Amino acid sequence: MAWLAKSLNSSLGKKLIMAITGLFLISFLLVHCGLNATIFLNDGGAAFNEGAEFMAHNPIIRTMEIVLFGGLLLHIFDGLRLWLANKKKRPVAYAVVDGAANSKWYSRSMGLLGTLLLIFLIVHLRHFWYFSRLTNDLTETHTLYNEMQIVFQSPIVVLIYVLGCISLGYHLLHGFQSAFQTMGWNHPKYTPTIKTIGAIYSIIIAALFAAMPIAFYFNLIQ
Amino acid sequence: MEGNLNLTLKIWRQKNARVAGKFETYQVSGISTDMSFLEMIDVLNNRLIEEGDDPVAFDHDCREGICGMCSMYINGRPHGPNRGVTTCQLHMRSFKDGQTITVEPWRSSAFPVIKDLVVNRSAFDRIIAAGGFVSVNTGNAQDANSLPIPKENADQAFAAAACIGCGACVAACKNASAMLFTSAKISQLALLPQGQVEAGKRAEAMVAQMDEEGFGACSNTGACEAECPKGISLENIARMNREYFSSTFSSK
Repeated sequence: MAWLAKSLNSSLGKKLIMAITGLFLISFLLVHCGLNATIFLNDGGAAFNEGAEFMAHNPIIRTMEIVLFGGLLLHIFDGLRLWLANKKKRPVAYAVVDGAANSKWYSRSMGLLGTLLLIFLIVHLRHFWYFSRLTNDLTETHTLYNEMQIVFQSPIVVLIYVLGCISLGYHLLHGFQSAFQTMGWNHPKYTPTIKTIGAIYSIIIAALFAAMPIAFYFNLIQ
Repeated sequence: MEGNLNLTLKIWRQKNARVAGKFETYQVSGISTDMSFLEMIDVLNNRLIEEGDDPVAFDHDCREGICGMCSMYINGRPHGPNRGVTTCQLHMRSFKDGQTITVEPWRSSAFPVIKDLVVNRSAFDRIIAAGGFVSVNTGNAQDANSLPIPKENADQAFAAAACIGCGACVAACKNASAMLFTSAKISQLALLPQGQVEAGKRAEAMVAQMDEEGFGACSNTGACEAECPKGISLENIARMNREYFSSTFSSK
């Protein structure tokens, strides 16, 4: 297996790990966002609670939860490893850099966006994952939906969530299409389609997630 | 003279790789807008020599945009503000009278400064050398078209081979990555039947050498493609990734 370690520890291999874990997290976001969007059905959170209940007890989902944390940690660890290696490659910095002339700011700021996302994620997991998985406070009368109603009464929390979603949107906008490029899938036949789907995906996911705390805060959903 | 430029130049001066460098400020006047950027530096250097000062060392050779020597990082961009050109093909009409221009060498741990704006790009040569041989007969060239290759394929290989190894991709990249260069050199052979036999081995060896030289990884920002004077495409990097992984996962 030395060949595999060598391959995955090369500059290309580190990127491949980034791409595969990234696409895995992208597929998770789709499920997470789809389930949470049921709050907009205005059924008092009935569909959402049913989904959350299923997620909390289905053994396959619970196993995938461990895989998900593994994928997330690998994505973070690999990103950190790349960042540390890359920053050594230019020991003397340029005095003047006109980055805007040749690339998008968010493509150059994936590490920063990722760090913001990690901070947001810690807050987010403390709010809901901790509540639903590690405490016994989740009951028939105090559902995850009720918890969302309580948490999103604070304007500061809503602001943190909206900023988190903006970071997520930009992180995805670059990450989605970048993952395909890293895996070697760049071709005039399908690359424009990948970029379009990536942009639509990023905007929809970020906007839907951001709409949730806003909707709770302004009592737009029952 | 009317239409001529008076400029302030902030140029990186560094005696050699072992000592730290710093910026020196120079004023140049009466610069014709028809001059190339290198000719403008020539004017400055003539004056420095006349004044008994050390002229600014910079790489240059063909001065017609095909050799890739003129490595200057001008106002935050390799080869200056225009796309698809080398520094020698950058003309002073691209600048405004009274402008301050900052000129730096390519900055990468793999490209140590030799003097002032001259950097050592031997790392590129070692990456090419690591690629090894191509299985073709030596001796007289064989007849044209004895090995039929569709024009589109030949064009693609030629577009990759247009890389002049100037290092603008490394200079532009936030990670000082040489992926665009290495992928172009891998692609120009991998796209042709003659290069097929050793394609996997070549990709593995060149990537290993690239990493050893101290170039960074790719963030897919696309800065290299945007700044490449020869318009080398990011498709080459995707091809290199395919060649590399298909080889590491299938070679014996």
